[in-house]
Amino acid sequence: MSSSVTTAEGVVTLDQRRQRGLWGDAWRRLLRSSSGRIGLGITIFLVLIAIFIPLLMPYNPATDRNFPRRLLKPSWLLSEDVREQKNIDLLEHPFGTDDLGRDIFRRVLHGTPISLTAGLFTVSMAVVFGSLLGLIAGYLGGWFDTVASWVMDILLAFPSILLAIAIVSASNSPTAFTSRLGNAVSSLPVLRTIFDPQLFNAMLAVAIVEIPIFGRIARSTVIAVRHQEYVTAATALGVSGPRTLFRHILPNSLAPMLVQATLSIATAIISVAALSFLGLGAQRPRPEWGRMLADARQYLLQGSWWYITFPGLAIMLTVLGINLLGDGLRDALDPRLKSKD
Amino acid sequence: MLRYTIRRLLGLIPVIFGISLVVFLLLRIIPGDITITILGERASPQQRAQLRQQLGLDRPLFLNLENPDELFDTQYVDFMGDLLRLDLGDSLLHRRPVLTELRERFPATVELTVTALFIAILLGVPLGIVAAIKRGSFTDASALIVALLGVSIPIFWLGLMFQYLFAINWRILPISTRLDPDLARGFQNITGLYTIDGLLRGRPEVTLNALKHLIMPAFVLSTVPLAIIARMTRSSMLEVLGQDYIRTARAKGLHGRIVIVRHALRNALLPVVTVIGLQAGLLLSGAILTETVFSWPGIGTWLLDAILGRDYPIVQGGVIFVALIFVIVNLLVDLSYAFLDPRIHYT
Repeated sequence: MSSSVTTAEGVVTLDQRRQRGLWGDAWRRLLRSSSGRIGLGITIFLVLIAIFIPLLMPYNPATDRNFPRRLLKPSWLLSEDVREQKNIDLLEHPFGTDDLGRDIFRRVLHGTPISLTAGLFTVSMAVVFGSLLGLIAGYLGGWFDTVASWVMDILLAFPSILLAIAIVSASNSPTAFTSRLGNAVSSLPVLRTIFDPQLFNAMLAVAIVEIPIFGRIARSTVIAVRHQEYVTAATALGVSGPRTLFRHILPNSLAPMLVQATLSIATAIISVAALSFLGLGAQRPRPEWGRMLADARQYLLQGSWWYITFPGLAIMLTVLGINLLGDGLRDALDPRLKSKD
Repeated sequence: MLRYTIRRLLGLIPVIFGISLVVFLLLRIIPGDITITILGERASPQQRAQLRQQLGLDRPLFLNLENPDELFDTQYVDFMGDLLRLDLGDSLLHRRPVLTELRERFPATVELTVTALFIAILLGVPLGIVAAIKRGSFTDASALIVALLGVSIPIFWLGLMFQYLFAINWRILPISTRLDPDLARGFQNITGLYTIDGLLRGRPEVTLNALKHLIMPAFVLSTVPLAIIARMTRSSMLEVLGQDYIRTARAKGLHGRIVIVRHALRNALLPVVTVIGLQAGLLLSGAILTETVFSWPGIGTWLLDAILGRDYPIVQGGVIFVALIFVIVNLLVDLSYAFLDPRIHYT
């Protein structure tokens, strides 16, 4: 929309004015901070890999086998004799090969969409359910608030990984509802290349564990603004409860939600990888980073350091990038810093 | 203060009740049919019915409405009754009392997590202080990098890398477990902490060997808390150093070190103590992964094996125990503020 208004300084389009709002300011501050820039850069780079790798470099983990090239060092570290003998180019296997002779570089690349989707999906679920629960609890108050806060306290009383493990193992039972849900989701066209039912359950578990974090943010926002005049005014004007909640109250929690969601994506990626590492997430031969580490662990004693090194570095780079972005966002959106500007 | 403590203790009751309810329900409702998971899908209906009866799963869950004379003859009431009597039942797989196993396993986790927390504090606090004092220096930059890497490295991966480097490549540290098998054989525990028991029994070689096994997993486990503590110390210290009374102290001509130690540090460490307390949950979560990587016979591996092996009595007792520890540590952290910060008054 590009309507314009006339002010003392002349005609100003509303679009220009809007850019000076909270989000415009935040965006500029994000780009000015070095952690924000680096984090954004790493994240965009990984998102591009996640989008384009499946298109440019189709990969079928089920048929990828090459036993003669089993457990080879990164090809640039192999001696020329070995490379000639096995007919390998200098950069053919930059990260080496695994126990089935698969190219680790290729598998690490194809792990990117899996982990990014897992992080994003997990946190989206936690945000939706958590903020709904928190908003309603804070708005309604009374017994609903008491029960909802009680449930959130209880979920927070378990160490996160332990709760996630318990939920996954319960939901992996063949008769459980979540198993059927996982089967259904992982047979959908695009998602099939990303999830298997167990990985889906792991994501669900991590999402449940993160619900109270967002529930608390939403609830505290509602309680903080519920009695402010503009909310009373909205109610007095006859605005319905749900509309007040979503149009007038919810926007207040967007900034802290966004920061927490970004940082939670990083945690969720580690948690899902950890569950896969424990055998409770992605299954073989899916190129999920945590799963690859679980496989690699069996060849550790044989000294195949490259097999454990690169999937782990991939997790670290991803989490680092997203954490930096989250830090940058927090600084950019923190109103206390804004006044110092 | 006493009233606040009592109120907080009473506030724990609904949470503990909720924890027991979650564990009870998680094992009975969500998994669908437990008997299929235990016996496999090929078990006959009779076998399954028999197992259900054996486990008492054919009884009503909460209230026996069909027979009002025995209204409370239900699974949940029995479950809570056993729990209150500290009767956690017997493990399905090992056929031993869950409480006995818990007692054997718990010291291993305590030894690991407490050592990790010590490492995190001993390295994290000084790192944060130096970074704040020499803001913008090389130390500051490296502290920030440590803080960032610490929260971004998956600790199970770091564990594997350490195992490769220190145990396989350089062969300077043992790869896993708590003690060499020939030392562990015949060694009588007292506290269950090998590092201490070795000294108590007058066998320093046991203590030394236990330390060698402990250092790698403890360091791995310490990375996340180390990062968080260093970061918190730095920012808290920076805030305090910018206060007027610090300038006053300097203006009085006090020695720089005295200003830092006596004026700044005491105030700056308060939020750090909070953060240290909050690490308990992270350490317990991290312990599950660290123990798995290093085959450390603690609560983490015990629970993980029980969950994977569907050993329900262990899962019930163990999960409730861990959650309880977690809740109590959090309470102690909250209460400690009042002692540390005279400005806080609880009513």
